[in-house]
Amino acid sequence: MAVEILMPALSPTMEKGNLAKWLKKEGDRIKSGDILAEIETDKATMEVEAVDEGILAKILVAGGTQDVPVNQVIALIASDGEDVSKVASGGASPAPAPKAAVAAAPSAAAAPTPTVSVATAPLASGAKIFASPLAKRMAKEAGLDLSSIAGSGPHGRIVERDVKAALAGGTAKRSAPATSSTSAAPAMASGMSDETVKKLFEPGSFEELPHDSMRKTIARRLLEAKQTIPHFYVSADCELDALMAAREAINASAPKGADGKPLYKLSVNDFVIKALAVALMRVPDANVTWTENAMLKHKHADVGVAVSIPGGLITPIVRKAELKSLSAISNEMKDLASRARNRKLKPDEYQGGSTAVSNLGMFGVKNFQAIVNPPHATILAVGAGEQRAVVKNGQLSVATVMTVTFSTDHRAVDGALGAELLQAFKSLIENPVGMLV
Amino acid sequence: MSQAYDILIIGGGPGGYVTAIRAAQLGFKTAVVEREHLGGICLNWGCIPTKALLRSAEIFHQATHAKDYGLSLEGKMGFDIADIVKRSRGVSGQLNGGVGFLLKKNKVDVIWGEAKITKPGEVVVGKATKPAVQPQHPVPKGVLGEGTYTAKHIIVATGARPRALPGIEPDKKLIWTYFEAMVPDFMPKSLIVMGSGAIGIEFASFYRSLGADVTVVEVMPQILPVEDADIAAVARKRFEKLGMKIMSSAKVTAVKKNANSVTATIVDEKGTAQEITADRLISAVGVIGNIEGLGLEALGVKTDRGCIVTDGLGKTNVPGLYAIGDVAGPPMLAHKAEHEGVLTVEAIKGLHVHAMDKHKIPGCTYCHPQIASVGLTEAKAKDAGYTLKVGRFPFMGNGKAIALGEPDGLVKTIFDAKTGKLLGAHMVGAEVTELIQGFVVAMGLETTEEDLMHTVFPHPTLSEMMHESVLDAYGRAIHI
Repeated sequence: MAVEILMPALSPTMEKGNLAKWLKKEGDRIKSGDILAEIETDKATMEVEAVDEGILAKILVAGGTQDVPVNQVIALIASDGEDVSKVASGGASPAPAPKAAVAAAPSAAAAPTPTVSVATAPLASGAKIFASPLAKRMAKEAGLDLSSIAGSGPHGRIVERDVKAALAGGTAKRSAPATSSTSAAPAMASGMSDETVKKLFEPGSFEELPHDSMRKTIARRLLEAKQTIPHFYVSADCELDALMAAREAINASAPKGADGKPLYKLSVNDFVIKALAVALMRVPDANVTWTENAMLKHKHADVGVAVSIPGGLITPIVRKAELKSLSAISNEMKDLASRARNRKLKPDEYQGGSTAVSNLGMFGVKNFQAIVNPPHATILAVGAGEQRAVVKNGQLSVATVMTVTFSTDHRAVDGALGAELLQAFKSLIENPVGMLV
Repeated sequence: MSQAYDILIIGGGPGGYVTAIRAAQLGFKTAVVEREHLGGICLNWGCIPTKALLRSAEIFHQATHAKDYGLSLEGKMGFDIADIVKRSRGVSGQLNGGVGFLLKKNKVDVIWGEAKITKPGEVVVGKATKPAVQPQHPVPKGVLGEGTYTAKHIIVATGARPRALPGIEPDKKLIWTYFEAMVPDFMPKSLIVMGSGAIGIEFASFYRSLGADVTVVEVMPQILPVEDADIAAVARKRFEKLGMKIMSSAKVTAVKKNANSVTATIVDEKGTAQEITADRLISAVGVIGNIEGLGLEALGVKTDRGCIVTDGLGKTNVPGLYAIGDVAGPPMLAHKAEHEGVLTVEAIKGLHVHAMDKHKIPGCTYCHPQIASVGLTEAKAKDAGYTLKVGRFPFMGNGKAIALGEPDGLVKTIFDAKTGKLLGAHMVGAEVTELIQGFVVAMGLETTEEDLMHTVFPHPTLSEMMHESVLDAYGRAIHI
């Protein structure tokens, strides 16, 4: 029986390393204790020692290869009396791909790492893909390309759950795309496994809090958004003095209800929602949703508003905000936010919409970039309104200024279009009477 | 005395001792606490000794039917129940000793006594509060005694015990559980078996084969309620042909104890009551987890309907505390416990494991004829929303079955019409408990109908029926 030499792990958390060089060549006689090769990571170099005796029949991973996954077969040793040429030819089949794929579970990932290229490159060259018959059939029927799916079965075999995960996560490539416009998200590399992460900390030095469904949803949705949406950002400073004056006047003249309390009290955020809705009406090409085959151009501005609640956040939608008065928007938002905090919103109150507002101004945040929340094509990140020095006509003066940043889905809203939307928004927020018409 | 372990397992049953050996293989310093017998119920009072009893019954049945095979046995065929029991105890004793040997070989410490978890990571072992079932095999040599032991990981593998119905509690004399039914002090002429699950049916089959008048009472409309309806129907027909009386949709409502017999009141679905008197009644109405006395309440361990709640890889809600096997929930089967235990210690080691798919755990019942199954029944597969392809092949169409003189039985396979996934396989008939593993492997490797059709099954074997059943699901069976 040929002895397989595996890529060793230099540390418990090591997942791949570089095979620096071979110190033996094919055909060399190997004694137990001989140094076969040198392995390196960014931190250390280690020698691979032979445990078994025989002839080095086949080197499967050449010296100088980067990012070789741990436990991949890197060479075969023929035992005494074994036919070296048979071992060598038989040894050609263990493809490196499945091993690499073990680390690359579909859909859950922080960022694409070189693991992906290790996993897919050999497959592209026609290596055998290990997949269960059921996985093969399910992939075929769904039109998925197996080489884009990472296997989680024994030795990286692709099994039913991997295909299901790929279908659910939309992370697998469609095989034989019907049109060239098909956008294919490559399989994403996963982060470290839970166990690997936990090993980095001393046992007992942390408390483990299992995710609730909201946390899982946030993680899944935002990961998907960042992986599949090409984000583009445009920022501007908006002067708020006119808005603040209008707000004060409106609030001061609010009629009082039976209980003696004013019937409405507008916040800056209410103006932002309204201004965004009216801006989308003025730049209708930005009021859209991307789908694979068409652009959905919306007739109304349904504006989501991110509400932070204990344990997460939720984005209730103010529908047809362009048609609603500021006081109506204000009161609706109060109701939505209070029910959101009690987790009492109905799905149709937070699903859909074409844009969203995320306001961190109350924390003194000056500027930030939000993540587009599909099916939206844009999201507006709103910073704090604060007094700043501004230069007007060569004169230094003081104004209340708020920095806002649009994140756009570049597939749907190009840079210039995003800038046009920002310009419309800025004009409305700086001249709030424009919202009244 | 205080000893620090990496892994300490409470309970030396099939789950506990297999887990211990795997833990030792992974390099953990491991101990097993046992209060009664290594090998647990399975090896001492369950799976193994009942198979020995059933083997005696089977040979007796064959011998009394020798003429069917052209043989003549002179004189009267007889048996001595005491000798049958003695053989069964001998088989159990041999394997019990074997477990002790395996643990020793793997350098697993055995601590004799009853364990209580006093705080996370600490177990106090004291004298057993539960009287041991008699007779017992001798305590293995070299075991550690009472004391306080600490461990990084504690795995509860305390198994289960017979459930008792209020008012019909087993008294060990007239109303038996499997304990008494396994070591009868006389051969009852008549017997009522309450419950037609695996345990009830195996004892019914054993005592019927030896000539007792057996009445099985099942509260559900179907006997063997977890099995596929077609399989249960074939089994029932066969049991009744062998002289078993079966009352389904019926309930034992009261049992009157006489001097040396019982009189059970049995009410059928129409509400009609009748009284049946028999020498003994076997209560086989299921088992419940052993969660008491372990200190679980004080630790705040989450339980559900008498079982410890785990994450599928043994973890409970308390860090460092795990549970496997019967006490961690159904299916309550030795092989489930073993596999769950292995996964649990492999997960502790940090190996990349996935929780077990409970749909792929086979179940076997060793009555005559035998029952074996894995996966979804036809009814459950329909409920799950699958469109089905169902194949059936009768023993009557198989050459080997005819040659064996075993023409009664059925092999049934259930596929998802959309993907060809094998959803379930169900069998009744001779030796099916040895056949089912073929389908279990097929399911585990995620084969579709196509791979099974292209697999060559040896001729002449009973396994050819597995092939034919798959072919039949797609209208391609050859021999029917």
